Amino acid sequence: MPQYPNRQFLDFEQPIKVLFEEIEKLKQTAEKSKIDLSDSIVKLENAIIEKRREITISLTPWQRVQLSRHPDRPYTLKYINNMCTNFVELHGDRNIKDDKAIVGGFAQLGGETVMIIGQQKGANTKLRQIRNFGMANPEGYRKALRLMKLAEKFNKPIVTLVDTPGAYPGLEAEERGQGEAIARNIYEMIRLKVPVIVVIIGEGASGGALGIGVGDKVLMMENTWYTVISPESCSSILWRSWDKKEEAAKQLKLTADDMKGFGLVDEIVPEPLGGAHWDYDEAANILKDYIINSIAEFKSSDHQTRINNRIEKFGKMGFWEEMLTEETETK
Amino acid sequence: MKKESSEDIEYNLTGSETDHPISATDATAPKSKWYKRIRKGITTDTADKKETPEGLWNKCPDCNFITTTQDLKENLFVCPKCNYHHRIGSDEYFETLFDNNEYEELCDNIRSIDFLHFTDLKPYQKRLDEIHAKTDLKDSMRIGVGKVNDELLVVACMDFQFIGGSLGSVMGEKFCRAIDYCIEHKLPFMCISKSGGARMMESAFSLMQLPKTSGKLSQLSDAQLPYISLLTDPTFGGISASFGMLGDLNIAEPGALIGFAGPRVIKETIKRDLPEGFQTSEFLLEHGFLDFIIDRKLLKDKIHQLILLFKG
Repeated sequence: MPQYPNRQFLDFEQPIKVLFEEIEKLKQTAEKSKIDLSDSIVKLENAIIEKRREITISLTPWQRVQLSRHPDRPYTLKYINNMCTNFVELHGDRNIKDDKAIVGGFAQLGGETVMIIGQQKGANTKLRQIRNFGMANPEGYRKALRLMKLAEKFNKPIVTLVDTPGAYPGLEAEERGQGEAIARNIYEMIRLKVPVIVVIIGEGASGGALGIGVGDKVLMMENTWYTVISPESCSSILWRSWDKKEEAAKQLKLTADDMKGFGLVDEIVPEPLGGAHWDYDEAANILKDYIINSIAEFKSSDHQTRINNRIEKFGKMGFWEEMLTEETETK
Repeated sequence: MKKESSEDIEYNLTGSETDHPISATDATAPKSKWYKRIRKGITTDTADKKETPEGLWNKCPDCNFITTTQDLKENLFVCPKCNYHHRIGSDEYFETLFDNNEYEELCDNIRSIDFLHFTDLKPYQKRLDEIHAKTDLKDSMRIGVGKVNDELLVVACMDFQFIGGSLGSVMGEKFCRAIDYCIEHKLPFMCISKSGGARMMESAFSLMQLPKTSGKLSQLSDAQLPYISLLTDPTFGGISASFGMLGDLNIAEPGALIGFAGPRVIKETIKRDLPEGFQTSEFLLEHGFLDFIIDRKLLKDKIHQLILLFKG
């Protein structure tokens, strides 16, 4: 992960940046004057940790959205490399092309083979373009489905890592059936015979996320969001203005805590203090344990039970008011 | 004009006043051209002039052809001149499909509530109440069971008037219960889609209707009962990313706009104009996502024919 001065700071992380700058100054002074300032430096380093804690406690929903998009945040391949061994990336949907916004392949995780798939964002301008900002085209979803079917054939559990601002809204995407591709994935995933563990590791935007997001267990990392539309788009449609994104983020109740509270996701995976971008190894290690435990939890049941439970679980989601039939008759 | 007005698919999801082409005549139309004055000096006082009842006349948004609403209704709300298919609601579709307009409505006792206390420019509950008061609809989908040329069929039909036909918890639940009914009574299922997409005021709950309905469809599939998905103008977002595109047969009305992302969003993303006919039924047929396009006037017989083919 990037170290200071290559670290990037969000607006509410600026106090941490100031502390880093002070440390840097002290280090320079120490070097020039040959005075031992390590005590003061340790103090400042502790102050940074304290600040990270402070920030974490008071995060607003919009700040969580910002953290999920932090430029230094680890992406799918980082997690795969840190959690797995023997990863072999598999390419292409066998139809149109290889969509680089979605990566996937076999890997060893906790001593067993899994199929691991996820949206991939780019770490710099050039890579961001190649990865299309993690926005998949239909062929990306079809590649994912091909890999999932491969896993099913060889009875390997599937792990998906979700991190997308949405499915790509492009001309070719429509020509090649973006809606159909996502619909097919949702339909097929709910019927997969092997355990499927889904983790929201960054942005979980709508259908684009669900296209690889249906499973026996859905985990959400602490600083992520998952809902039907991005706060920006929601603001522009419902408030007719781009300026209400904070309010939209609040109204949408899109944080991990909210989603867990509603029963729409199963568990929250803690992140390093202040967010996953502070320590990639720690973030990956925590996540790895959660995934291994989740697979173990579902491995023992037979596949028909798993499928039925999946259908039943999603079938319960929703809220409505049901009037008694007698009442409606008397009306 | 038609293309311009349907550009902003997402706007329909705000639950604001939508221009419903059946009930609203175009206020900006130059009415002076409707009649030619033959004799000079009409003597009726302005006070005695009869008001034209609203909705008596209807202008085709595509070709500007003017018909009486009565004539248009008899033509199943299809323009007699250019075959433009006006947007209609569940009442009209049920009347078109079911013999003698006889059908039983299922689960009309469930209604949306504002579980999340979602407030944009207006509280969600207030929107629901207002739209209910205005349209008498309880939500954006109704389920009817009736006979199509003597063959029983369960039809789930969306109402675009209700917050842009948006997909919320109630639609998801009704859709699932309709399928349960099909499985219990061994009946074929048809869904008529007309929706701008997910209902944002229900946030992630609305999103989860995608796996919910898809899971239920897989049970219908296991029961080997056919599912026909009819896509009408417009069908976007969450509908096309779930049950809208999952029919054993996907069919559409002519000229309907169907897609995942709305045209405005695509245009802003690619920063280019969209080709003519983009995202129309004809475009989808050409790209292999529809089985066929069907005129509304032929719909009933075609559905009947299909039911017999599945049965035989």
